[in-house]
Amino acid sequence: MSAPAIEVRGLTKSFGALHVAQLIDLSLARGARAALIGPNGAGKTTFVNLLTGVLVADAGAISLDGARVDRLSPAARVRRGLVRTHQINTLLRETSARENVALAIAERDGCAWRMLAYRRVWAACLEEADARLADLGFGASADDAAGSLPYGLQRLLEIAIAISLKPRVLLLDEPAAGVPSGEAHAIHTAIDRLPKETAVLMIEHDMDMVFRFAQEIVVLVQGRVLMRGAPAEIAANAEVRTVYLGRSRP
Amino acid sequence: MIARAGNWAMRAAPWLAAIAVNWIAPDYMSLAASVLTMGLFALSLDLALGHAGIVTLGHGAFYGVGAYAAGIFAIHVWADPLAGLAAATLVAGLVGAVTGALILDTSGLTLMMLTLAIASMIAEFANSARDLTGGDDGLTGIRPSPVLGLFRFDLWGHTAYLYTLAVVFVWTMIAWRILGSPFGHSLDGVRQNAARMRAIGAPVRMRLIAAYALSAAMAGTAGALGAQATKTVSLASLGVLTSGTVLMVAVLGGMRRRWGAYLGALVYVVGQNFAAEIDPFRWMLVIGLMMIAVVMFFENGLAGLVDLLDRRARPSTGGGK
Repeated sequence: MSAPAIEVRGLTKSFGALHVAQLIDLSLARGARAALIGPNGAGKTTFVNLLTGVLVADAGAISLDGARVDRLSPAARVRRGLVRTHQINTLLRETSARENVALAIAERDGCAWRMLAYRRVWAACLEEADARLADLGFGASADDAAGSLPYGLQRLLEIAIAISLKPRVLLLDEPAAGVPSGEAHAIHTAIDRLPKETAVLMIEHDMDMVFRFAQEIVVLVQGRVLMRGAPAEIAANAEVRTVYLGRSRP
Repeated sequence: MIARAGNWAMRAAPWLAAIAVNWIAPDYMSLAASVLTMGLFALSLDLALGHAGIVTLGHGAFYGVGAYAAGIFAIHVWADPLAGLAAATLVAGLVGAVTGALILDTSGLTLMMLTLAIASMIAEFANSARDLTGGDDGLTGIRPSPVLGLFRFDLWGHTAYLYTLAVVFVWTMIAWRILGSPFGHSLDGVRQNAARMRAIGAPVRMRLIAAYALSAAMAGTAGALGAQATKTVSLASLGVLTSGTVLMVAVLGGMRRRWGAYLGALVYVVGQNFAAEIDPFRWMLVIGLMMIAVVMFFENGLAGLVDLLDRRARPSTGGGK
């Protein structure tokens, strides 16, 4: 037996009369590949913020591998394995790409409190960071300050950092948004090669990407789950087509 | 290998020079000790402000707390200088941890005002606790016993200087080690983007409190060294002017630069000493102009200027690291 990687029950949040999340249920098994779609203002970002703890839900439960996390701070949830990437880059811009990744590794291993381990521990973090970046095809850019990287590489670095945290559950927030098509290939490859055991929820507008990636799609409209199902079911559903797909897929 | 040896020589040379000062400039021992003490103080600020990004205008409080703690300890408990130093370091570190826990969930202007407010409160406390601190008469009667029971503080200040140098050396090595550790790198991360650090699971507030306490402890050591060298502590040591001076020294020397704090201290303290004999007002003018030049043109302070000249002198090495 094993509990779902993440289980959400009855997640609810209102800002005054505005119900941004209404009794949302979601369950992802280990290794799941799911996508969350919905029109603008459907509450996708709110949902992500509730999961990561940036917003506190009015009601509902969030469990990782069967353990409740909804009372934990955002950073503590990350340490439990709930990791997200950001739509807008939030990299340490003055720091090199490899050190951006190495910092995540240091936090993951809990060695970021080590003050007097001068080179050894940090060198180990850097070494793993190099391996991770080489995997993703970073090449010589690993030494460049994150802020000076081309946009596509910044997004790739964002993914590299997330993977380095060895998440149980990974929330990918529009991973390829704004990336020029010439640089998008590397990001698609990185997404295809995400660790098998990680449950991934992609929040995405690009339907081609969603249908390529997801085994299950959840449609969110006005803070509610309108429908969930396999990509084929979602594509065939008339209601979904009206509220959402109709606009992007004539 | 040669580059590595050269690197070591580069790092050792300033320390060897500092030892040599003991014989080269025997008439300036107390001035030289002040440079070191101020350098250590500026290094402590660089840790909190330069690396961790904690905007503080109240760092003088920790210097003063360390100075008073060392003085009071020497008078009432034990005159041993190293024990006094340890006590001062601990007390200042504790004050840093407690005040840090109170204020470090704020940032920017709010944090700056809170550091100022806490420093003012500590200064006012020292002013009213006359029995302990001597109030505005200052604390006098500090008579440290010989270092390790062996080396008497002599009239010319040789012992005081070498003792200060040894303490400063130890703290600087610890500071450099910390800055090269995962902890040190995470502080640079927090300064750049606290949200990002939370997103990789870093307990940002605890990390900042640790850095602040560490920095306060280091500032406390500097204060204790000052108290033991001058054998007095005045209320001014806790004051806003002390906080402002150390900020100027740190910026002048160059934040986040290996030798920045000590370069800044060297120029500031030596300059002030000689200029004060000639014309104290013009000295403030000179310091003011230097600050403007540094802030406008040399982002990395005097340390950055040295790098620039170094690169000019050896253009073949390219713009590497």
